[in-house]
Amino acid sequence: MRKVYVDTTAYFTKDGDIFPLKFVWEDGRKYTVDKVLDKRKAASLKVGGQGIRYTCRVLGKEIYMFLEDGNRWFIEGK
Amino acid sequence: MRIGLQVQNTNFHNMLYFTFTKMLNRGYNINTEHQFAKVKKMERVILHSDLNSFYASVECLYNPAIRDKPVAVAGSVERRHGIILTANIIAKKGYGIKVGEAIWQARQKCSDLVVVPPNYSLYIRFSKEAREIYRTYTDLIESFGIDEAWLDVTESTKLFGTGEKIADEIRRRIREELGITASVGVSYNKVFAKLGSEIKKPDATTVITPENYRDLVWRLPVSDLLYVGRATFRKLAKVGILTIGDLANSPLSFLKRLLGKWGEYLWTFANGYDTSPVVKLDYEGVIKGIGNSTTTPRDLGNDKDVRLMFYVLAESVAERLRRHNFKCRTVQIYIRDNELKSIERQAKLKDYSFVSRELAEKAFSIFKDNWTWERPIRSIGLRATDLVTADTYMQLSMFDDENKKPKLEKLESSIDDIRRRFGHYSVQRGLLLTDSMLNCNPIEENVIFPVSYFR
Repeated sequence: MRKVYVDTTAYFTKDGDIFPLKFVWEDGRKYTVDKVLDKRKAASLKVGGQGIRYTCRVLGKEIYMFLEDGNRWFIEGK
Repeated sequence: MRIGLQVQNTNFHNMLYFTFTKMLNRGYNINTEHQFAKVKKMERVILHSDLNSFYASVECLYNPAIRDKPVAVAGSVERRHGIILTANIIAKKGYGIKVGEAIWQARQKCSDLVVVPPNYSLYIRFSKEAREIYRTYTDLIESFGIDEAWLDVTESTKLFGTGEKIADEIRRRIREELGITASVGVSYNKVFAKLGSEIKKPDATTVITPENYRDLVWRLPVSDLLYVGRATFRKLAKVGILTIGDLANSPLSFLKRLLGKWGEYLWTFANGYDTSPVVKLDYEGVIKGIGNSTTTPRDLGNDKDVRLMFYVLAESVAERLRRHNFKCRTVQIYIRDNELKSIERQAKLKDYSFVSRELAEKAFSIFKDNWTWERPIRSIGLRATDLVTADTYMQLSMFDDENKKPKLEKLESSIDDIRRRFGHYSVQRGLLLTDSMLNCNPIEENVIFPVSYFR
């Protein structure tokens, strides 16, 4: 599996939380995050990385989005 | 309220320790089991967490392709820092690769060893993340190097359950949240907790209690004990003390004769009577001195080279003094020749200072007084100690030009500003341009070695 960094639009709450809203996949397609189901610190052993892991529902599927070191977003690609 | 309580606790422990040592000094023969029965009532719960093969584990996490191979993190060969800093378990167990070996030695044992350069900023991030996890259980955390820490969870057991339960939870969280592993020792003193974290690796908890320490700890070789280095080990081995149990069961008076006051400390450690508290300490520690040393890319052969290197080091030391708002009074130098013989010398400045030129010139004058150039120099260091906060009141001199000092200080601060915005090499001394090979920025290109002994 590959580590795919993505351009992301995120929502910053007034309490200091961050949530992803949209992201652009490497082929240019844009996706909307329908819902964030879970948020926790975690490591990705599959692609190699660590950060805050958001379990997101996108087009009816559950995916993980990682916020790495507070400034970059990556997704576990096929 | 809580802080007050803990301070009292520490005092209480110290008090007991002092009465105890006093008794020993007066020659009471040791009926210690009885003496310490009183202390046992308020037994502490201390954890020692050790991130397993830390640097290598982080590298393996970030690069899944090398995870199943023997991996070592090592300094750069070109810059002559080519020693193994950490190796993963496959390299250690499968090929017998040891920390501190040269890369070529390791390659002889294992030709397909994957050697990766260190990435300190990443390791510091992980070290901080681990500390955040510890912090959810206690505020009494004492870091020991970048990858180890003691935690006093005595008070937290009321909230989170036994020490073992907290240890298991910390291990689970480090595994899931950070993707690396830790081994944790749980005990009633710091020494046994540290030994516990080394008994079973990786990702395991070892509990050492007053009931089982004889079975678990006393079997270990005496060299595993804190403070038993090569020299002490040799002395102990000579008299037949090979395990920690041998040490614990030796008469105290005998050990004192053999090792001086260290004999007493070691005996106390081996018997589990260590009462030293867990001190709140970040991995940077309390600053007592600021220094830099470096193995230079080529050997230094003359005074000119040495003077240049002192300027390189002094600039970095002075910058860090200013960053932490310190001035120093004493300058120490460290010189090691190409046959690895080394000297350390120090001298006082006329006045407290953080001006790099004053540090460098002082260092150079110490050097001129103490070095006879029998051999070329391989590594060189400069250290500033005897620190005071920079904005404290100073005694002015009647004979020096006191107006010049603030000007020099302002100049140095301006250089800091310029370097912060445009990079280290944007402003430089003319002297440093004479040899580009030796010129470097020790602050950023610094090598942090894992700490494995008491500082």
